[in-house]
Amino acid sequence: MEEKYKSDLAEIRDMMHRSSRFISLDGWSGISVGIIALIGGYLAYRNIFSRLPELDYYPMPHVDGQLGQLLFLAAGTLFLAIAAAIFFTIRGSRTKQEAIWDAQSKRLVLNLGIPLLTGGLLCLILLFKGFIAFLAPLTLIFHGLALVNASQYTIKQIRILGLVLIILGLLAMCFLHLGLIFWGIGFGLAHIGYGVIMKWKQ
Amino acid sequence: MKEFLEQFDKAFENKIRLGIMSALVVNAHLDFKTLKNLLGVTDGNLASHLKSLEKSAYITYKKEFLNRKPNTKYYATVQGKSAFVRHLEAIEKLLKST
Repeated sequence: MEEKYKSDLAEIRDMMHRSSRFISLDGWSGISVGIIALIGGYLAYRNIFSRLPELDYYPMPHVDGQLGQLLFLAAGTLFLAIAAAIFFTIRGSRTKQEAIWDAQSKRLVLNLGIPLLTGGLLCLILLFKGFIAFLAPLTLIFHGLALVNASQYTIKQIRILGLVLIILGLLAMCFLHLGLIFWGIGFGLAHIGYGVIMKWKQ
Repeated sequence: MKEFLEQFDKAFENKIRLGIMSALVVNAHLDFKTLKNLLGVTDGNLASHLKSLEKSAYITYKKEFLNRKPNTKYYATVQGKSAFVRHLEAIEKLLKST
């Protein structure tokens, strides 16, 4: 009798959790996103930032070609990272027999997307105005805010990752010349760390 | 023991109905396909349990068309939500008393 209701309670909790949150995020998504970010960050440093004067709180006049190169590199990194995250999520949920594009994932993408798109557009504006130094801290901060916002609709560890990114972003804003290093730690190492922890837990 | 048992809702004795209700109280609404995937049951099975909850007036539905395909959204009613809470409280009481 008692056992039955205990298992009922467990079932209720599980159903509430599964029905309201998207839980198919796979650890490999985090790891692959982190590795792609590290490569992208390194290429940005080698091809662009190492040739610029030290980053500071004023707009920098663009050197010909570098704006386009940076945009191309950023778009490529973003595209590969999203593709990898989606690939591993789909692969993970196939083995677990879960639906991918359902009410939960739609809600997650929407709530992740609003702060992310806002930050992305703001960074594009700043880039065109020459404030290159603000890109690393602001992408960290907005990505962190987006993750914290979206964490209500997915596994709760995402919130911690988001908070880590926000802190790194604020630190990067204090030490602008180290921006790319903080960016690498946040988008690279923190995502890899998150992925490894998730894999470990599974 | 007896007084506890009276507070349990017969509608939630079945695992699938309990699952449907749990999902509907934390979501504004869910469609048939989502419920089916969540519970892992057949169309017919789910439909019969939905009908029974509907009869108790614990859930209601709205038929819509999505890309010309019928799409039924299920909602928990106020009555259903409070019945669910009462059921949970009864379980809690039972577990505490033992």
